[in-house]
Amino acid sequence: MNEENQVYFVDSDKLPPAALERKHRLEQDPSFRTNHMEYMEGMQVIQSDIKDKVLQAMAEYDYDKYTANDVERALSHESCSIEDFKALLSPAAAPYLEQMARKAEEITRNHFGNTVYIFTPLYIANYCQNYCIYCGFNCYNNIRRKKLTFEEIEHEMQVIARTGMEEILILTGESRAYSDVKYIGEAVKIAKKYFKNIGIEIYPVNVDEYRYLHECGVDYVTVFQETYHTDKYETLHLMGHKRVWPYRFDSQERALMGGMRGAGFSALLGLDDFRKDALATALHVYYINRKYPHAELSLSCPRLRPIVNNDKINPRDVGEKELCQVLCAYRIFLPFAGITVSSRESADFRNGITKICATKVSAGVSTGIGDHEEKYEGKEDADVGDEQFEINDDRSFSKMYDDMEQGGLQPVLNDYIYV
Amino acid sequence: MVKINGEAKEIAGKNLLEYLKENGFNPEHLVVERNYEIIPKEQFASVTIQDEDVIEVLRFVGGG
Amino acid sequence: MEDKFVLGGKEFKSRFILGSGKYNLNLIRAAVEQGGAEIITLALRRANTQEKDNILDFIPKGVTLLPNTSGARNAEEAVRIARLSRAMGCGDFVKIEIMRDAKYLFPDNYETVKATEILAKEGFVVLPYMNPDLNVARDLQNAGAAAVMPLAAPIGSNKGLATKAMIQVLIDEIDLPVIVDAGIGKPSQACEAMEMGAAAIMANTAIATAGDVPEMAAAFKLAIEAGRKAYLTGMGRVLARGGSASDPLTGFLR
Repeated sequence: MNEENQVYFVDSDKLPPAALERKHRLEQDPSFRTNHMEYMEGMQVIQSDIKDKVLQAMAEYDYDKYTANDVERALSHESCSIEDFKALLSPAAAPYLEQMARKAEEITRNHFGNTVYIFTPLYIANYCQNYCIYCGFNCYNNIRRKKLTFEEIEHEMQVIARTGMEEILILTGESRAYSDVKYIGEAVKIAKKYFKNIGIEIYPVNVDEYRYLHECGVDYVTVFQETYHTDKYETLHLMGHKRVWPYRFDSQERALMGGMRGAGFSALLGLDDFRKDALATALHVYYINRKYPHAELSLSCPRLRPIVNNDKINPRDVGEKELCQVLCAYRIFLPFAGITVSSRESADFRNGITKICATKVSAGVSTGIGDHEEKYEGKEDADVGDEQFEINDDRSFSKMYDDMEQGGLQPVLNDYIYV
Repeated sequence: MVKINGEAKEIAGKNLLEYLKENGFNPEHLVVERNYEIIPKEQFASVTIQDEDVIEVLRFVGGG
Repeated sequence: MEDKFVLGGKEFKSRFILGSGKYNLNLIRAAVEQGGAEIITLALRRANTQEKDNILDFIPKGVTLLPNTSGARNAEEAVRIARLSRAMGCGDFVKIEIMRDAKYLFPDNYETVKATEILAKEGFVVLPYMNPDLNVARDLQNAGAAAVMPLAAPIGSNKGLATKAMIQVLIDEIDLPVIVDAGIGKPSQACEAMEMGAAAIMANTAIATAGDVPEMAAAFKLAIEAGRKAYLTGMGRVLARGGSASDPLTGFLR
């Protein structure tokens, strides 16, 4: 048994003995777990060489070999090559953070102007069939589960829309059984009445299902790969369909094949070596862009933060400076990509990073289920589902709007024109 | 009447290879197209020029 | 590691593609040798009984022949010329050149994509001459081109890298070799294109109109090699001029 893994365990006396035993066996006995590189039944396989390219580059990346000279050269190049990007992600670039920020700022202004997009996430269900040891929604975690009815969804959306928000990101826990594609599609159809731009962050699905969801009104699909390091991934995602790494990797490509306008990417920095994960994330975007040049691609950059019932977790921390370095490198390498900064980050960080390279922030965020009225308008409701993680920046939509304006940026609620 | 390289000539019934040789062409350096169909070099000797044929006799020259 | 230029599955050491137009056949051998060129372009024309010399006799053995489709005004004509050229028995390489503009001789991108698609399916190694446009380059890639050949300036103009910014975009975005063709007038311009990351240079007029054809071919060889080396080495940094008085952007980080 691996000592390091043991600290993640969350046991509960509410679990039936058989379930508890199964959970322990999954944690302790790798042979009890399925092959994480093998597709499960019903998972569509598409022809794509992007996975192999990304994995190879990641394996070859030796960030300690880059020098200050490499970083300076990278900063003076007009277009940033993959090699330049690797230098900018390396420890050698740390002393150049301010220069990187200046270059990133210039590129951001060239591509996005002086704007910042504001959106809000809406969790409609927190049922999950996966056992991912770092996640508050994991199937063994004893939290209040909830799936909103369509009436509740509509009500939540009305509360959110009243603030003036025009873009919404609909999230579910990863459970096909509790939140099937039809259910999500219906939620999207409701959202279409209230919002102009709709994203989803749900379990990965097949091309025809993405096509269906797009027809329901979804504009973009975000899927976090969590870590691109397949062996590490295996030790974190012990059970459920999320365990299958390659099917998850191809999600964005399947979404684009299904007609989606855009796709979002991310590693959860801190799960594994963040420099390698940042390289892999950016190359994933890079190769998708080359194959699907019309797609609107964006990056997120969550770091590991405390989660419910799991304060013993001990992530390999990514400090604010490291995070800023990664984001500046993303911007310089991928001038066209949107960068979203999560409410896990502090208000100060989000104010600062939007001046440099972030193009999208969430506001009025709750990661709980069905509690927007309580949070927005102060009405207590006992029937809400527990939150996935604690947030750090709890600014409301109007506060965020004002703060961004005061910071010299122009808040944008959506810039889509439907034809 | 046969059209060869844009010029009208009374050469119907003639053997292609013989025609080329008689007119100072080196068949080794040529490609011949008859009525938009390429005639392989090894068939030059077995092709009889027909009335109404449109023939192009081409070669490589300097070019960029 | 040896730096090889791979085109249509064939490996080349030289990144200089020499044109054979507009100069004496007697100079071709010297130009090829002095320039170190391993690929030479040719054109197909109606044979004329008065011309006894055969250009193929003047080209050193082992040099890859790259017939062009000059004279074609649309895809159909280009396909016809390409097939005729292949029937000469000199390999599968073809440079597509389709023009319907007599003044600037700009290639017709739309027809070029169509011809590329047809010829690639027939097993040709297709090198399309094109106006540097990213979307067209992507279309050519999808159509099966072995490289793209964007023009630097109008053909024969010797005006240099007039389309530099657009060519840089192709180099950055396209997975195929980018061979800069047409308009390169001086070795320094060839060198600059190579520094930018071009895979090879095609030049004809610059050499054909030089004081000494083989010597200019030699100058191009050196310039192309210098540019390639600089590109592979990674250009040194350029110091930004002047300081910036504004507050640090990263002051908020904890």
